[in-house]
Amino acid sequence: MSSMNQIEEEIISDFELFDSWEEKYHYIIELGQKLAPLDEKYKIDEYKIKGCQSSVWLNGEERNGKIYFSADSDSTFVKGEIALLMMVLSGQTPESILDAKLEFIDALGLRQHIAVTRANGLSAMIKQMKTYALAISSASK
Amino acid sequence: MTPFNINKIRSEFPILSEKAHGKPLVYFDNAATSQKPKVVIDALVDYYSSYNANIHRGVHFLSQKASAAFDEVREKVKTFINAKSEREIIFVRGTTEAINLVASTYGRKNIVQGDEILISAMEHHSNIVPWQMLCEEKGAILKVIPMNEKGELLMEQLPALLTDKTKFVSVVHISNSLGTMNPVKEIIRQAHAKGIPVLVDGAQSTAHELIDVQDLDADFFTFSGHKILGPTGVGCLYGKLHLLEAMPPYHGGGEMISSVSFEKTTYNEVPFKFEAGTPNIADVIVLGTAIDYWNQLDRKAAAAWEKELLNYANKLISEIPAVRLIGTAENKASVVSFVIDGVNALDAGMFLDTKGIAVRTGHHCTEPVMQFFKIPGTLRASFMFYNTKEEVEALAENLTKAIALLQPHSVA
Repeated sequence: MSSMNQIEEEIISDFELFDSWEEKYHYIIELGQKLAPLDEKYKIDEYKIKGCQSSVWLNGEERNGKIYFSADSDSTFVKGEIALLMMVLSGQTPESILDAKLEFIDALGLRQHIAVTRANGLSAMIKQMKTYALAISSASK
Repeated sequence: MTPFNINKIRSEFPILSEKAHGKPLVYFDNAATSQKPKVVIDALVDYYSSYNANIHRGVHFLSQKASAAFDEVREKVKTFINAKSEREIIFVRGTTEAINLVASTYGRKNIVQGDEILISAMEHHSNIVPWQMLCEEKGAILKVIPMNEKGELLMEQLPALLTDKTKFVSVVHISNSLGTMNPVKEIIRQAHAKGIPVLVDGAQSTAHELIDVQDLDADFFTFSGHKILGPTGVGCLYGKLHLLEAMPPYHGGGEMISSVSFEKTTYNEVPFKFEAGTPNIADVIVLGTAIDYWNQLDRKAAAAWEKELLNYANKLISEIPAVRLIGTAENKASVVSFVIDGVNALDAGMFLDTKGIAVRTGHHCTEPVMQFFKIPGTLRASFMFYNTKEEVEALAENLTKAIALLQPHSVA
């Protein structure tokens, strides 16, 4: 697994190919459509992050000292956003997830297209991923 | 056939020739806020450029000019909604503040434990929450006029809902999420037969209907400036004079007083009693300019054009497979609300945004309406007289494209 910074750089350079919001939208929708399905047993309130216009279900599991996420949403676009986060965070150690600055999100130029409610949704997803990392790293100490 | 010169009208609204994401802007979020004609934008600049001053206090030239311009608007609003007296017009921030004002003054004074307040099933949160807060404080009960699957109020249930305990009725004139035009005149007639006052939430209706508060016989009527081509931050509460006079003040401060000592303050007369502090001078004056614009517009032709846009949109959108219209009342204003099978409203709304088309997605601050239809939210396109049939066609075409992209079976 490459370092988080490398992955973030790759995503940024992928996005540099896009000239317009429309192209970015289509790319994120495609990521959302390709996101591996979440096991139905996790699609319950315990795993739910409620947003203003969409819901997200997120699970994190530890394997060999690394955390792997799986998720679903009723919005394909939001699934695409989760997929971007998972590219960077899934398969990393709890410590690096907790330290992650995730500066690539700003570099993608998405925030201007994502209204505050949805930007907040993104923050809630990041917070939830970090909560998993914190819980797992505390449990292993 | 165009009943009026749509090109000329569009040229009066600078924003309509703007681009969104490099594409011609199609603005279909008029129920959220209207766009502004150039005369309105210019009037705001003119006020700050040439006669900005505080009003009703200064002896100087600027203050007198601003005071005169401000006072004139009360008269304009009076005529615009056909109130009896300009003293019945209170300037507020908007419909939300107007309803809160009535709940906090009339409501607090007159509602007691066990009383009932009646609203409808399609209220905006701003016509639910202030009454819930009052009910909680007083131990009163909030009752709801139910609706049918088309989004029409069940009027046959109204007589039974107007009980001896009902002390106030507050209903929306036109629903923001369904477009339903409610029979408020009939609701008022029945309520008055039992001596119950009625507030009409005119946030959506004032831009689409000619308002005549005397003909409606409404006790209170509210609207927001920004939804009727005016600036944000200003709106009006109309109230019958004898009701306003009997109500306690809302906020305390300057302007609302007659005299102040540490022992006792006497309040100013209506409407100033309800307008504490320096008012929103600029936006009130510019609201007057917006009303001037309405007065020179052929409103019958504008309403007919909006009806044509609505019918055309209804036809094109309902022809799209997988679309289900939400709100199919016989009497509707220019709002089309719908859901798409298998497609998230937010995803479709963002797709339209990439094409420069502005719609609203979500629950539109009417969560109980969404609960009634068992949906999380809708896509809503709302029209104004400056919209065109070509824009409606662009919406329908792009919706078809959004569905092709977003429906699950389209995944390769």
